[in-house]
Amino acid sequence: MSGINRSLQTIAALVENRAGVLARVSDLFARRGYNIHSLTVAPTPDPAFSRITIVVNVDSAPLEQVVKQLFKLVNVVEIEELIHEAAYERELLIAVVNVATNKPELMSLITNLNGNVLTDSDSQLAFSVEANPSQINQLEKQLEGFDIISQQRSGRIAAPKIGVTVPKTTAKA
Amino acid sequence: MTTEKISEKRINGAQAVIKSLEMEGVEVIFGYPGGAILPVYDPLIDTPIRHILVRHEQGAGHMAEGYAHATGKPGVCMVTSGPAATNVVTALADAYLDSVPMVCITGQVALPNIGTDAFQEVDTTGITRSITKHNYLVTKAEDIPRIIHEAFHIATTGRPGPVLVDIPKSIVAANNPDAHFDWYYPDTIDLPGYNPEFEINVEQINQAVEMLLEAERPVLYVGGGVLKARAAEVLLELAELGDIPVVTTLMARGAFPDSHELCLGMPGMHGNYTAITAIQKSDLLIAMGSRFDDRVTGKVDAFAPEAKVVHVDIDPAEHGKIRAPELAIAGDCNDVMKAIVAKIVSDSAKFADHTAWRDTIRGWQERYPLVYEQSEEGEYLKPQFVIEQIAQSCPADTIVTAGVGQHQMWASQFWKFDHPYTWINSGGLGTMGFSIPAAIGAKAAMPDRMVWAIDGDGCFQMTAQELITAAVDKIPVKVALINNAYLGMVRQWQELFYDERYSEVHFGYDVPDYVKWSESMGCAAFKVDKIDDVRSTIDKANAINDRPVVIDFRCLSSEKVYPMVVAGGPNDDVIVHPSQAEEN
Ligand SMILES: Cc1ncc(C[n+]2csc(CCOP(=O)(O)OP(=O)(O)O)c2C)c(N)n1
Ligand SMILES: [Mg+2]
Repeated sequence: MSGINRSLQTIAALVENRAGVLARVSDLFARRGYNIHSLTVAPTPDPAFSRITIVVNVDSAPLEQVVKQLFKLVNVVEIEELIHEAAYERELLIAVVNVATNKPELMSLITNLNGNVLTDSDSQLAFSVEANPSQINQLEKQLEGFDIISQQRSGRIAAPKIGVTVPKTTAKA
Repeated sequence: MTTEKISEKRINGAQAVIKSLEMEGVEVIFGYPGGAILPVYDPLIDTPIRHILVRHEQGAGHMAEGYAHATGKPGVCMVTSGPAATNVVTALADAYLDSVPMVCITGQVALPNIGTDAFQEVDTTGITRSITKHNYLVTKAEDIPRIIHEAFHIATTGRPGPVLVDIPKSIVAANNPDAHFDWYYPDTIDLPGYNPEFEINVEQINQAVEMLLEAERPVLYVGGGVLKARAAEVLLELAELGDIPVVTTLMARGAFPDSHELCLGMPGMHGNYTAITAIQKSDLLIAMGSRFDDRVTGKVDAFAPEAKVVHVDIDPAEHGKIRAPELAIAGDCNDVMKAIVAKIVSDSAKFADHTAWRDTIRGWQERYPLVYEQSEEGEYLKPQFVIEQIAQSCPADTIVTAGVGQHQMWASQFWKFDHPYTWINSGGLGTMGFSIPAAIGAKAAMPDRMVWAIDGDGCFQMTAQELITAAVDKIPVKVALINNAYLGMVRQWQELFYDERYSEVHFGYDVPDYVKWSESMGCAAFKVDKIDDVRSTIDKANAINDRPVVIDFRCLSSEKVYPMVVAGGPNDDVIVHPSQAEEN
């Protein structure tokens, strides 16, 4: 697959769901000069914890250092390193596009990626696509020729593939 | 006002703060009151905990550090919100960089006022996030015991550090019914993300032993972690067992006795030639609780180029942060060294012969000892001489603190430390003004020990007001003011690297009048400008035990600290004392 950027690596941190934890994480990255490419956060099924998925640019610091420094935060319980080969990686893109003449072209881009049409009015199309990050990158390129009203991506989340054990730093006994 | 007593089960938040500190075994709080923390100062009257009222909150922080350095127990300081919290920031940063166990309690504006730019509101947890090991904003009175218990646990376990607890006024206000709860004190800790314990990994120990046995030119590069782990005893055992030379960093002076034949002294920018060079030529560097600070390594790529590295540290993030080790061991230095020694002893293992290595080292020691030249008749004093004279006239277990600058380096170089926890200084942050409050904290912890602060004239002017605290609270520390009329360390750089263009570094000898100033603060004070008066005045100072003493030692401005490695330069290029330069 083209478009895989080896400089970007994903880590998923299980953190205590407490006030200020996200600030602690982002402060740490800023102060140590680690570049965040994307960051997503949401509570886990156990509301005492959240998961923060960070795509970090490892040209700015070795992944090992990033993980170790992050793990030093008292509220960080566990960190998984999710390299491309080991993980399912997904991102969501939502866009609203003016479609005058090129609606069929846009529809084929959406259906190619099993996207969803959210609203289909005569002159505008709203849709979402969920795919792996390099497909989303490619889609963004393809959308450049369209008259975009708004376009957003969610940032990456990831999970280890079935049968794959990923490196894990954990405070769990 | 509440009518409840602290002994009753129902308790208010302010009482809970004090009672929690009692539960943690706190003996001394260094603090300063003000609006937001006022409620907590009320039950303070009824506690056996001693409170030392400082003259500036930075002083409270450094005193707590001095207390912690001297005892290994967490130092505690307590201040109000806003400007008081920002005043204590320097001390928190200092404690963070030097891994000093400390708990700092700050008042905060009432909960409903947070975020409104209320009077004396600052975002204390935000400001201190990157300079504390952890911090808390308490939002419920009944969380106070749990959070204070956690704060002490975090501050003192693993790699120690400062923990701040920010407490809004409303939840300690005695007249707030929501700030009352049934007293409890947790006996467990529930911190799912915090596990500072490391088990000894036998395989790693075996590998370390193997590397140690093979090495022909080993050096133990000992840092502050050895002191934090209280591992001086086993360090001595290991060094003697393996005939391994030891260097002690600025944070580890005293961890290994300077008078021991295996001791090479301090490495780094102003370390001695032999310590620096032994590291450069070593084939095995055993980094023990040290962190490859840039003041030690100089140019990293040129640091110890022939050495394999075994790095033992309780903080795994130190492994490979600066230098990739051949073997990284995460653990407490005491546990790890004990395991290494046990393995060597039980195997009756034999080390490689280090005779040639020791001979080479002895050669450097003979050629490049730490030296200075005595001043000429009629000249002011040499700081090195003053420091040597104090050292020689004090008990061996005297605690020495230092400010930051030339005098700090001379103190580290020319005081011979034979006991752990006798040297207290600001290494990581390099905080001018550290020595006087740190000395007061140490003396408050250990009133029977003699405590000397070696201070600079620049440093003195930053925190001297704490001598009032010392006088009033009867904490008789002694201050050797190395008065060279300059911000000497900066002057040295300007002399060497800025063509002797002295920009904004001159203070002068006479203003302030240090003797009068000190006397006005309740101290005994002397001025010494002749070699012949040095010893007798020190003896006089040592005989005074009812108040602090300050000696204004008039020292030469031109004296420089040698050896020196230029910042960022390779450690192969040591600039030695001019009298040794030709031989180089
Ligand atoms: C708070 C603070 N400000 C500035 C510095 C930079 N600095 C390092 S050493 C030094 C000079 C210290 O002067 P003095 O206390 O007289 O000691 P000396 O070097 O003369 O022995 C200065 C300004 C510092 N380390 N800390
Ligand atoms: Mg000076």
